[in-house]
Amino acid sequence: MTLKLENVTKRFGSFTAVDDLSIEIPEKNIFGFLGANGAGKTTTFRMILNLLDQTSGSITWNGETIDYSKSDQIGYLPEERGLYPKLKVRDQLIYLGKLRGMQKKEVLDELTSWLDYLKVPQYMDKKVEELSKGNQQKIQFISAVIHKPKLLILDEPFSGLDPVNVELLKKAVIELKNSGTSIVFSSHRMEHVEELCQHLCMMQHGKPILHGDLREIKRSFGKKNLSIQADFDLSFLENVAGVVKVKYFSDGVLCQIENEDVSQSVLEEISGKGFIRKFELDEPSLNDIFIEKAGESYE
Amino acid sequence: MTSLLRKLVSHMNKFWIVFSHTYLSKIKSKSFIITTAIILALIVLMSNVQSFIEMFGSDETDQVAVLTEQEEVYSQLESRTEADFELEHFDGTLEEAQDAVGEESFIAVLDIRETEEGLPEATYYSRDYTNQTAQNILESQLQQIKVEMATNQSGIDPAVIASIYEPVSFENELIATGNGDASDVKTEEELSGARGLVYAILFLLYMAVILYGNMIAMDIANEKTSRVMEILISSSSPVSQMFAKIFGIGLVGLTQMILLLGTAYFVIMQKQDELIGDFFEFFGLSDVSVSTFIYAIIFFLLGYFLYATLAAMLGSLVSRTEDVQQLMTPVTFLIIAAFMISMIGLSMPESTFVVISSYIPFFSPMAMFLRVGLLDIAFWEVGLSILILIVTIIIFAILGAKIYRGGVLMYGTSTSLKDFKKALQLSKKE
Repeated sequence: MTLKLENVTKRFGSFTAVDDLSIEIPEKNIFGFLGANGAGKTTTFRMILNLLDQTSGSITWNGETIDYSKSDQIGYLPEERGLYPKLKVRDQLIYLGKLRGMQKKEVLDELTSWLDYLKVPQYMDKKVEELSKGNQQKIQFISAVIHKPKLLILDEPFSGLDPVNVELLKKAVIELKNSGTSIVFSSHRMEHVEELCQHLCMMQHGKPILHGDLREIKRSFGKKNLSIQADFDLSFLENVAGVVKVKYFSDGVLCQIENEDVSQSVLEEISGKGFIRKFELDEPSLNDIFIEKAGESYE
Repeated sequence: MTSLLRKLVSHMNKFWIVFSHTYLSKIKSKSFIITTAIILALIVLMSNVQSFIEMFGSDETDQVAVLTEQEEVYSQLESRTEADFELEHFDGTLEEAQDAVGEESFIAVLDIRETEEGLPEATYYSRDYTNQTAQNILESQLQQIKVEMATNQSGIDPAVIASIYEPVSFENELIATGNGDASDVKTEEELSGARGLVYAILFLLYMAVILYGNMIAMDIANEKTSRVMEILISSSSPVSQMFAKIFGIGLVGLTQMILLLGTAYFVIMQKQDELIGDFFEFFGLSDVSVSTFIYAIIFFLLGYFLYATLAAMLGSLVSRTEDVQQLMTPVTFLIIAAFMISMIGLSMPESTFVVISSYIPFFSPMAMFLRVGLLDIAFWEVGLSILILIVTIIIFAILGAKIYRGGVLMYGTSTSLKDFKKALQLSKKE
């Protein structure tokens, strides 16, 4: 069950929202979909869900085009949260679950176990407007996954949640993946993407600027991170050849270096100057890559 | 073929889910229960208004003090006004009688004197002008007595008098027209019944469009405001949702009307001994022909669907419920215009502007029904009007579905005609 986008383009009049996008999302996989605001992520999701027609190109799932006869196998958590504020959680989920082809009893069974899992069984008969933002978010998440979709689109699923609940939902997302759901995951929190996704695509003005395996992307980025903690002033590192950027922390610095060879010249520079507590060479974080790639276009 | 069938079944399933959700959530809503209960209470109250007045009113009949020396006039007047109030021959002066009114044992004093010609002449003394009825009855009865006395004095034969006052014989007969014999033409009873039915349907349609049209637009705008719309349209097609809403709220309206008419029927049956005839006679509907009833239903439904589709389309364009009223205003004006045309047309159904209106889609449900109810018009005319209406509804449904699909994804504050274009563009490929 792979989702395939081939040369997909979407134009609104003269504005091109998505430009020649080709990606493939394999089954049992969490696919990271990144991009600055307005990069065309939501438009892409809406095209996948058949809410908008693409101007050209094709979107197929398992070789077939997606239409409303497949909506029972698709789950969607939109970035703009939406539930009926006046409806009780129970009635809400029964309606939304039925619209995804479930029976009332199935919905109630699933809903009970989800509420227990998220440690909020007392919200069953509460109106959504009475819940806090974070708890509404949990209900929204349940509404996207209650029918055990085969294809799940999560747009910023963890916003407004505390770290404990983020962990709970992450676990749930991973379990869904393991049970065979293809998941498209969009977030501005790079550490979440790094943790969950093996593959990702980064959009910029409707065009994919990075696409592929996460480790591959990091490796091909070239630059590395060098984390140093020492008892003496490290600001002279800014002038060492090959050091791109130095970021200061209370207990040390984080240098971005052009390649791993530079780390050795940095080591030579600092050795003998004083006590060094930490010297660590690391892969660049996705955050660094995002800022650099997305930032380029702003310059 | 099987996949097509599967798609159809899935569409129908989703349609029923949205339909029943719309219907049940509206029926169970507090606002629906409260408004319906208030209207029902009003119907029961109105129908029992007679009993309430009797309950709170005094049991004593009104008394009028009469000062007169003409015994003949008094006894005649008394016998003629027996049913309405009691007359009392007052012995005493006018001042004493007026004082008695002050003490409230009488509602008024009637001072009858004799003119030089020997005819009665009267002055009516009362404390205020509130009880006009008593005064009017007394005046008209006294007038008749005066006429009789005057004719008697002049020595004219009472038979001549009777023939003078007898109403002229004036009968209404219809000439057979070219396309049928005279028996096809609506009888007077049929016509007055039809007029009642036309009036009722015009009013019902007017209310239905205003109430339920707004309800549809509101419901859709609500789903947009709460942003649940994006989830809904990702699980079932916007087009089937739009129609599920139109039908669901249509059924809500039907439920409400059946409740109201049912209560009215029940109340009237309860009081049958007091009123004359049964339910249909009460509304003067027993003489209405079956075809008029059928046309009433057809035009009512078509009118509802036309305006409901328009309302759904407009509801999908706004992003905040506050803007619904603004966009619905033109629709409200349309239905008011249709209502006004028909109200004027009720007294002149043959005028050109009614004929023209009966082919214009937004006016035709009212105008054509008015014509078909009151006149005998050729079948092709009605058929053409219905056809135009159906075609318009289909066009609006297709256009509405497109606008709905794009409109539900549109968020912004502007509420102008440009939005139609934008929504249409969104639902297109580019």
